[in-house]
Amino acid sequence: MYFLFEIKEGLRIALRAIRANKMRSVLTTLGIVIGIVSVTLMATAIEGVDRAFEKSASAFGSKVLYVQKFPWMRHDDWFKYRNRRDIKLEYVEQISHQATMVDAIAPSVMTMKDARFGSRTMLGGFVTGTNYQYQEASGTIIEDGRFFSQEESDGGRPVCVIGANVAETLFPAIDPIDQVIKVGGFPYKVLAVLEKQGGLFGTFTADNRIFVPINSFMNQFGSRRDVLISARVAPGVDIEEAKEELRGIMRKLRHLAPGKEDDFNINEQEMLTQVFGAITVVIAAIGFFITGLSLFVGGIGIMNIMYVSVTERTKEIGIRKAIGARRRTILFQFLVEAALICLIGGIIGLMIAYPLSLIADQILPTAMPISVVAIALFVSLFVGVVSGFLPAYKASKLDPVDALRYE
Amino acid sequence: MNNSAVISLKQIKKIYDMGGAEEVQALRGVSLDIHKNEYVAIMGPSGSGKSTLMNIIGCLDTPTSGLYEFNGINVSEMNDNQLAKIRNKEIGFVFQTFNLLARSNALHNVELPLIYAGVSSTDRKRLAHEALDHVGLGDRVHHKPNELSGGQRQRVAVARALVNKPSILLADEPTGNLDTKTGDEIMVLFEELHSEGNTIILVTHEEYIAEHAHRIIRLRDGMIEVDEMVNNRKRVLA
Repeated sequence: MYFLFEIKEGLRIALRAIRANKMRSVLTTLGIVIGIVSVTLMATAIEGVDRAFEKSASAFGSKVLYVQKFPWMRHDDWFKYRNRRDIKLEYVEQISHQATMVDAIAPSVMTMKDARFGSRTMLGGFVTGTNYQYQEASGTIIEDGRFFSQEESDGGRPVCVIGANVAETLFPAIDPIDQVIKVGGFPYKVLAVLEKQGGLFGTFTADNRIFVPINSFMNQFGSRRDVLISARVAPGVDIEEAKEELRGIMRKLRHLAPGKEDDFNINEQEMLTQVFGAITVVIAAIGFFITGLSLFVGGIGIMNIMYVSVTERTKEIGIRKAIGARRRTILFQFLVEAALICLIGGIIGLMIAYPLSLIADQILPTAMPISVVAIALFVSLFVGVVSGFLPAYKASKLDPVDALRYE
Repeated sequence: MNNSAVISLKQIKKIYDMGGAEEVQALRGVSLDIHKNEYVAIMGPSGSGKSTLMNIIGCLDTPTSGLYEFNGINVSEMNDNQLAKIRNKEIGFVFQTFNLLARSNALHNVELPLIYAGVSSTDRKRLAHEALDHVGLGDRVHHKPNELSGGQRQRVAVARALVNKPSILLADEPTGNLDTKTGDEIMVLFEELHSEGNTIILVTHEEYIAEHAHRIIRLRDGMIEVDEMVNNRKRVLA
């Protein structure tokens, strides 16, 4: 009960002191405001990068294996991988016959070609040759229309599925479905538009791609000897087991003697996630350290001004002690004042940081998480209590006789 | 006789260590009893130890040696918190410079001891109003100290000193910062408070003021020089 009195009286005194020294309070608070703005924006940015990555990584599908010459995370010489034998298109057929743990498998080969519709041109579209299973094997989502069928795929029909950016560029006003576009000079009928993926990886995403049947690709754009094979792991199958099976098949197809090193790589989204996770941790640590410094400086400002405040109010402390304030009461009074200044700083900081985070949202898909708000308020309170403690302790230890005599 | 003493000092000594071998003996063994409803003036030139004695009586300071009993309780060895409680409940201070909180109005200043005593808000308001009424400032409760005259400020201080119904009223040169007329008004107020049963200890160096008291204790060089009853008490009447 007495404690509540102390809080109430402490708040009252603190508010009065803050109001009495408006300019000083504003300047003192500024340090905390800047600290909180930078820390919350940092947290929001990291959250945004995380989200952007998650979204981007999902473009690779979490249960998709990618058979390639190159590993995604390269540790040694690039030439070692470049000189490997090509991943052949025939493997797709053979794998789909032998593999039991994957339920969709698709090759892809890519080239850059301009796409044209009427007077509109998209320069450097990524033309990808693949088969009818690509959609399943890659996890891409169709916004409108349908992916090409097995017959269209096998027959190399002049049909295509276009990414969201391609659709926006070529068809700003009309429905792209069933329109015929020219890809590298050859006509292709648009069957479908893919959902926009966005994200950090830019060209990796399907947004800038034009998917055509692989046989058509080979005819029109020249055959490619090295293909990328994507395979979706069947539901309920452990991704590592499927990877092992795929590896076995690949070794057999490439006639690798036991004990010989793989001359291909099977990549998966997990690898990206792991590496990215490690990177964000480092970025977050550095970021929070630097922004934390500004908060620390703000805290020193609070401490400084609280010392001034204690000295200035020595007489008042003496009076309060003479009429019965205990040490704890005085300690509490100044702690509450420091905490309140910081808390107000924290709230102002959040009010500034929030609109800034909305601006950041234009670049990164982010939003200030409620946890950041809570943590920011807690941190500012904490800074207040920590930096207010020494001055408050000094005040509480003042000798009443000396304090009363102070002018 | 001793049992009914509000304040009982026995061989109180206060030695200030000035660093090194140097020390100042502010009080060299003071013994005195003050009883309920006494009106005592403590006098002495500067350096006589009267401020030190007042601080010890007011529990703002503790003696180096000797026994101090307040209402029969030994306070000479109390810790800070216990002393704070005594100051809060048992002692009402009135200072020469009023020592009001400048940013608070009269009501809040008077409320303050009640806050530290843990009295609820409604009771606080009521008691503070009563105390201000008592000193004749019922119509000035929302004024801040700088909106009040010196005499009015001292009345607020007296109201604050009395609001917790303390055992003693300890006044340190209460008229020192006031002109004669206003000072007299304050002395009239003290007279009234005394006649209502309050115990008053007045620290002053003015003979004229001290003569309002029943008893005068004169200090010199940290010792009691004279402890006498006043025969021809000066009475001020409003």
